[in-house]
Amino acid sequence: MKEFLEHGLNQNRRKFLSKMSLGIGGLALGSLVAPGLFEGKTEDELFANVLPHFAPKAKRVIYLFQNGAPSQLDLFDYKPKLQSMHGEDLPASIRMGQRLTGMTANQAKFPLAGTKFNFSQHGQHGAWFSETIPHIASIADDLCIVKTMYTEAINHDPALTFFQTGAQVGNRPSMGSWISYGLGSENKNLPAFCVLLSKGKGNGQGVYSKLWNNGFLDSIHQGVQFTSGEEPVKYLSDPSFIQREDKRAMLDEIASLNEASYKEIGDPEIVAKIQQYELSYRMQMAVPEITSLQNEPESIVKMYGPDCLVPGTYAANCLLARKLSENGVRFVQLYHQGWDAHDNLPSQLEGQCKDVDQASAALVKDLKQRGLLDETLVIWGGEFGRTNYCQGALAKDNYGRDHHPRCFTIWMAGGGVKPGVHGETDDFGYNINTLPVHVHDFHATVMHLMGINHEEFTFKHLGRRYRLTDVAGNVINEIIS
Amino acid sequence: MKNWINKKTITITAILLLAIVVIWGIRYFALSQSNADNEIVSYNRDIRPILSDKCFTCHGPDVKKVKAELRLDQAAYAYAPLKKSKGKFAIVPGHPELSELITRIESTDPKIMMPLPESHLTPLSPEQIALFKKWIKQGAKYEKHWAFVTPVKAKLPSIENTQWPSNEIDHFILAAMEKKGFSPNEEASKNALIKRAFVDITGLPPTHQEYLQWTNNNQANWYQQMVKALLKKPAYGEKMGVLWLDLARYADSYGFQDDNIRTQWPWRDWVINAFNKNMSYDQFLTQQIAGDLLPNATKESILATAFFRNHKYTEEGGVIEEEYRVSYNIDKTKTYGKAVLGVTIECAQCHDHKYDPFSAKDYYQLYGFFNISKEKGYEGDVSISTPAKNPKLFITADDRKNFLQYINTKDTNTIEVAVMGDSSKPRPTYILNRGSYDAPSTVEVKPTALESIMPFDTTKYARNRLGLAGWTVNKKNPLTARVFVNFIWQEIFGKGIVKTSGDYGLQGELPTHPELLDWLAVDFMEHNWDIKYLVEKIVTSSVYKQSSEIHDKQLEKDPDNVYYSRSPRIRYKAEIVRDFILTSSGLLNYTIGGPSVKPYQPKGVWESTTSGRGVLASYKQDHNNDLYRRGLYTFIKLTAPPPSMMIFDASNRDQCEAKRSSTNTPLQALNMLNDPTILEASRVMAQKISMGNESLEEKIEKAFESILIRPATRFEKNKLIKYCESQLSVYQQKPALTKETLAIGEFAQPTRKYNEAEAAALMKTILIMYNLEEAITKS
Repeated sequence: MKEFLEHGLNQNRRKFLSKMSLGIGGLALGSLVAPGLFEGKTEDELFANVLPHFAPKAKRVIYLFQNGAPSQLDLFDYKPKLQSMHGEDLPASIRMGQRLTGMTANQAKFPLAGTKFNFSQHGQHGAWFSETIPHIASIADDLCIVKTMYTEAINHDPALTFFQTGAQVGNRPSMGSWISYGLGSENKNLPAFCVLLSKGKGNGQGVYSKLWNNGFLDSIHQGVQFTSGEEPVKYLSDPSFIQREDKRAMLDEIASLNEASYKEIGDPEIVAKIQQYELSYRMQMAVPEITSLQNEPESIVKMYGPDCLVPGTYAANCLLARKLSENGVRFVQLYHQGWDAHDNLPSQLEGQCKDVDQASAALVKDLKQRGLLDETLVIWGGEFGRTNYCQGALAKDNYGRDHHPRCFTIWMAGGGVKPGVHGETDDFGYNINTLPVHVHDFHATVMHLMGINHEEFTFKHLGRRYRLTDVAGNVINEIIS
Repeated sequence: MKNWINKKTITITAILLLAIVVIWGIRYFALSQSNADNEIVSYNRDIRPILSDKCFTCHGPDVKKVKAELRLDQAAYAYAPLKKSKGKFAIVPGHPELSELITRIESTDPKIMMPLPESHLTPLSPEQIALFKKWIKQGAKYEKHWAFVTPVKAKLPSIENTQWPSNEIDHFILAAMEKKGFSPNEEASKNALIKRAFVDITGLPPTHQEYLQWTNNNQANWYQQMVKALLKKPAYGEKMGVLWLDLARYADSYGFQDDNIRTQWPWRDWVINAFNKNMSYDQFLTQQIAGDLLPNATKESILATAFFRNHKYTEEGGVIEEEYRVSYNIDKTKTYGKAVLGVTIECAQCHDHKYDPFSAKDYYQLYGFFNISKEKGYEGDVSISTPAKNPKLFITADDRKNFLQYINTKDTNTIEVAVMGDSSKPRPTYILNRGSYDAPSTVEVKPTALESIMPFDTTKYARNRLGLAGWTVNKKNPLTARVFVNFIWQEIFGKGIVKTSGDYGLQGELPTHPELLDWLAVDFMEHNWDIKYLVEKIVTSSVYKQSSEIHDKQLEKDPDNVYYSRSPRIRYKAEIVRDFILTSSGLLNYTIGGPSVKPYQPKGVWESTTSGRGVLASYKQDHNNDLYRRGLYTFIKLTAPPPSMMIFDASNRDQCEAKRSSTNTPLQALNMLNDPTILEASRVMAQKISMGNESLEEKIEKAFESILIRPATRFEKNKLIKYCESQLSVYQQKPALTKETLAIGEFAQPTRKYNEAEAAALMKTILIMYNLEEAITKS
């Protein structure tokens, strides 16, 4: 038995060395069986190698994070009662003494603010959409609309961190890092987890690299931030005086010197280094090809809107997200700032919607026309919702809304979710009536769609087994097709 | 027979079964070294890690989660009659056949087996089961957790190769090696030792001049001389500082969304100065924990307490003050626990610790030391941001002139730093249900240190941070010295004697060389917690001085180098990568301390993430000499930490970090080839060298020695000369390209005439040298 296993060990070792040439994605857990042995990993970590745990419905995720918290009451969660009670005080029986942020806690009154936008129903499930998002409304039949999301945090930083890492504080791995760690990339020349940032004109809340951080996982699982401008990935571009063939010659020199050093010293890390240099070279070719917006056909520009040719816009990022995803990037994370409308919500919201409505819908349509929507999960939503009452002075046509963690709407499309409307809030849009979905449930469900049992997918760090869903989370089977 | 745990019927999937088979196989191999028939099974070494990992979740110290009223963490509970299975006992000492525990771990019936399938914990292997049987047969003796017992110096173990040891460390290392039939590598070459000791002690490679100085020193004790000289360099304090800054989560901004600037750097300079003047570790801790409460407190000792104020502070509008006040104290408690005691006390914030003997009460007693601080949870949003939050220390220009000279700034204004200060009316501390700020229980607790580690004698210790400091540095405290010597070992060998250097609890890994760890800890305390003495002891050992060559047999039998039969090869830390490039090219600015600086950084890193508020919304790069400071002075904005550092696994300083990872990624290759810092260093070195009168070959040799800290082999030299010559012929024909190549970086162009084509060709050759694996590897 021992002899057999030693042989296996050697074989795994060879596999490890050859795996390294598979690329960035090849460093996923699934391929790390052998190194686990070398690093003295426990059997539980090795056990986690049977990923995916079952047949996945989604192979890739594109998460369109609407940073700052869009108002569900002005986009999806239509509440005529708020319009009829416009200006009246929020009944205590509804508020039930829930905590409020410091921005409105001292308000003498909580005047209800009905939306000033017109709503209409779309699609076979009769989902409501406000007039600010006609394009998203047009894909109603592809959308799984969850009206009953809720969270525990009431301020942006902890709420955002909770959505992205499963914990409000602490340096935990991001969702994308977990997925990268578990499943790797399908493309050996691109990172498994890419991050794209954009800003709207509305009141903004910053983002921070901790949101796409690898936490206690290896840094290879950190989200790679793509930026607009000349250099889409940091340090990607060669200096002007080094041409491609120059670069090749340099890398060949480096490799041959490193090889000689490997023969001398015998450290396999040197071989790994050679491979990483080769990879960097391939990445330098692959990334500009994908990020180039030069050759987009007219039909695509029409679909996403003219902004998609302006690097760094939300529309351009949606298009780039499609291209990265299409090329095998496992998890593409977008953040769009500007939704934090504590005042002047109507005008701020219109501005934000102008930026995101068409491109969000176009992404879904584009994936669909390419036959990719079935295997790509698109998620759209913010870190919490907004209050039904007005922050500050209420005017007939103007109002602001504070943070509201107790219910809000997100939507998903493709990747094994069932189109329709999930859950219901009360007539005031303040509390959940049926089918609540906690952030942990949301994570558990996304993991499930990716073929992962969230309870079994753990990483042992400083004595404790961590998972994205901490110690909670239930898969919401009702929204799975 | 009734179950210990309420049963749920669970279907074991085929995948699970398959995995178990595979894993049993793997474990069989892993444990094949396990103990022979006559050997005594040790609770701490053999049994407790398995119990902790597999059983304590339901049968451990977390009383609220205990299932079937059975605890296995203490003998009295484990030997008692089972409450839920009449007439049965979990453990009957001496009788495995009567012990229900054995029945359960051997069972494959999903209703009976332990751990239950629904726990998602894998079953015990046949070897582990055999160990349990043997342990029970031998009397099922429980032991106190090793790390919670005061260390004592063991006798030096006897060894066969008595020639090898240089000091006591080597006896322990060699004894373990000999037991496995391993033998140490030869001593490393002189070049390798110079590079290694320079990097480990000062974080800087030798300059070419220093390299020549020490290679030409042929005295018998040249190495000891060099170590002594290195320990005197001010760069030593900077090198040690990085270790402590990670633990202390030091940063230059407040974190959270708006992430404005703050002034904590005077504390960073206090740390560097403390290491350089070789402050004893007990003082180092005492001042940082309670410098404000010392009877003879000075501005300097108060500054030390900024250690506890390094965590993030929110300036987001509308936060609930109490929520953040509590979370700041939670961070302080956690950082103290991990950095000083090496325990993950934070688990007991919400519930009794699942593995370690820390109850929620213990946690809030410790938290209580911080809860009596004057600090507020919120002082307003970013629009009224100040460089420090209350309580704060004011350091005037006079203070800096008269006694705090190491606080290095051209600014003549008074500096504010956030420090510790207790309230005159101490706030009572209550246990918080589920750790939640808005759910205080009615149970009041008093500030008390962790009594399961060592009793907190209130006749000796006040119930404030000064009392906590006294308890911490008491020589009987089983953890303080062990944790620190292990950090130093980790710093030098890449991994600790306890690999989980931030967790000495029951789930942490056991020390690979327990007697060595204890010997070092006790020896350290006996020598008055002298840090330089400790470092010197380690770097003058034979185990340290071995060559790092890896033989096939070593790779096969000891791939992780658990037994240290070779010196480890370790990629430089992020800061050292930078410092090495600046030193070798002669660009390094040796200034110590002062406000952090902003060197080259890719465009848009701050701008793309910012909320637009605060003074750090956009990155305003520094110029001139400030571009060439050591890595530890690079400005750390928490929400967008410096990318070149993060690519090389630096801590993002969000939390106390006990160990960095060390990865190898394509992004590192891109950085090393395209970062203007490296391109500029190559350019400057090339220009300098090409001004000399040597031959091209000699010039290449000199560059190689400056970067690799050894002479090039014939093969290397030939390759590089050939490459350089081919580049030279290109550049000689393309003056415009030459100019373009040499234009990189802000460092002034030479005023003297020199051969530009040769410099450009050399620059690319040097860039290749910088990109060799060995260049940024400590070996």
